[in-house]
Amino acid sequence: MQEARVIPLQRTERNRRFTPPSTPDGPAVEPTPLRPEPAAPPVSPLRRGVADALAFARRRLAGDYQVDEFGFDRDLTEALLLPPLRVLYDRWFRVEVSGIENLPVDSGALIVSNHSGTLPIDALMTAVAVHDNHPGRRYLRMLGADLVFQVPVLGALARKSGQTLACNPDAEHLLRSGELVGVWPEGFKGIGKPFSDRYKLQRFGRGGFVSAALRTGVPIVPCSIVGAEEIYPKIGDLKAIARLFGLPYFPITPFFPLLGPLGAVPLPSKWHIRFGEPITTDTYDADAQDDPMLVFNLTDQVRETIQQTLYRMLTQRGNPFLG
Amino acid sequence: MTPKVVLVTGVGGYLGGHLAARLAANPDIDRVLGVDTVPPYRDVVRTMGRAEFVRADIRNPLIAKVITSANVDTVVHASLTALPPGPTRRTALKEMNVIGTMQLLAACQRAPSVRKLVVKSNTAVYGAGPRSPAVFTEDDTPKDISSGGPAKDAVEVEQYVRGFARRRPDVEVTLVRLTNLIGPRVDTVLTRYFALPVVPTVLGYDARIQLLHSEDALAVLEQAALREGGGVFNVGGDGVLMLSQAIRRAGRVQLPMPAAAVPTAGRLLRGARLVDFNPDHVRYLNYGRVVDTTRLRTVFGFTPRWTTRQAFDDYVHGSALRPVLDPSLLAALESRVLRTRV
Repeated sequence: MQEARVIPLQRTERNRRFTPPSTPDGPAVEPTPLRPEPAAPPVSPLRRGVADALAFARRRLAGDYQVDEFGFDRDLTEALLLPPLRVLYDRWFRVEVSGIENLPVDSGALIVSNHSGTLPIDALMTAVAVHDNHPGRRYLRMLGADLVFQVPVLGALARKSGQTLACNPDAEHLLRSGELVGVWPEGFKGIGKPFSDRYKLQRFGRGGFVSAALRTGVPIVPCSIVGAEEIYPKIGDLKAIARLFGLPYFPITPFFPLLGPLGAVPLPSKWHIRFGEPITTDTYDADAQDDPMLVFNLTDQVRETIQQTLYRMLTQRGNPFLG
Repeated sequence: MTPKVVLVTGVGGYLGGHLAARLAANPDIDRVLGVDTVPPYRDVVRTMGRAEFVRADIRNPLIAKVITSANVDTVVHASLTALPPGPTRRTALKEMNVIGTMQLLAACQRAPSVRKLVVKSNTAVYGAGPRSPAVFTEDDTPKDISSGGPAKDAVEVEQYVRGFARRRPDVEVTLVRLTNLIGPRVDTVLTRYFALPVVPTVLGYDARIQLLHSEDALAVLEQAALREGGGVFNVGGDGVLMLSQAIRRAGRVQLPMPAAAVPTAGRLLRGARLVDFNPDHVRYLNYGRVVDTTRLRTVFGFTPRWTTRQAFDDYVHGSALRPVLDPSLLAALESRVLRTRV
């Protein structure tokens, strides 16, 4: 009996020793100094850059960074993934963005966009457009095809840059936690369509994105991208090779595979990205997502909005490469 | 209703043994019976107090006699091994997992005194793969799971538990699915894995891992035995670590291997009796697995005290792993760059 009384005491003591501090990851509360110290002398930009790079390397080496449950690594995205994309965005495609005010300031929304260009560069450029133009510097959480997550390096990078599998549980989880979610419902049908079909929207899947928005009550923001169709004009498809590698298509463009790796450089078309008026979904009943006709109608409404905006933008556009 | 007589299986293991000790320290419980084929660890025996150890095999019908003669009202089945820490004989493990559970449930079904059943399962039942959702909820069904691995045992055991719940609707059945355990004193596949000086990973993959501190796992099982009502609950710490990040936090060196070399490396590690590297575990190390614990917080009423990151850091400090590369060198260099020019 005596033993039985002593032991639990020991255990609670042991527990106490291992109790973690209550807010170990939260920001430390600094006391406000009565007489503020003189501001630190300015550091030259070069030194600042070197120090930032060293700080980044130290954080990475010590594993001292946060990753969310989808694997989104903000630190890595800011420091390593966005800068090269930004060069492409600013210098190569000279993207012009309008309608950024249609994105919510800090709540969830589903951005639905047309898909084109053989490789999903339009998705990456939309992510840069949202992050660099939104006043809150928000991140676009993209929903990708399962093919992306099956490919070794690509799958890991996609997760780290905040993408996740295009399935309803993931989409709803992100929307509920107030994220901006991007979806390209045309999928491979849109991105791999021949150049002659450019700017003609394909079927919008089964409307899964609409039911995700209905279930979470977030607005749908239609997004129209002009310019991405011209980066790799797909004039043919080597079906046999595609089947060999398990790909949905193997494109032939005027320069690829003719010029080899050089042909894989995207053509420098001038891009316009327009975020349209949000379509609200919180005015419907709680079980609206179980009404297939409503889901179909909403899907068509989103699709028509994007298609009409595309036609309007195309009539205003001059030369595809000069804008 | 506080249980009067509790039977805990698997007291030879870490969770079962410590759980029996915790329940024995509760004065409201009259009797605690621990069952296993091997006796508990010596340090566990010292803390077990008045808990009784019955050396019995749950694969043997004798277990029914133990349950009826002691008038057991609460059974905690903690012996299921879905993630063996080291290399094990597959057939023996499967028999222990599946046949043992079948016998135990058969005995429980016959015993009118049994009012509550708690089964420790594992989130390995969800599998891991590129087509799985990023965050699993309790309603998700297994996908991307190998047909003969220990994770499959857990899936089968859960099926038998559901069958039992149908046949004995008066028994409250609680199924807790634990994420991978970690902690300074527990021996799991991950504690062994991160203790390797050079940690092999698969090239081009980086998994999201969610961990549960062993103390939290004990607390959840204890609370499951004491609380009213049943249900299925995911149990895991808050937050996520990437596999590469965890390896760096532990100060280990990562060795990415091409996927073709993984089976050979797995065989080597198994042969050296270091770590178990079964196909399900490799898939876990490639794609990772995160579960939603909302139901645990809201319905069950338990919040893990350790987040994934804190649990992992506790493991690193508690096991005295020393970093192979020291990040403070870079910190010193960084402050020098910023300070010298005025």
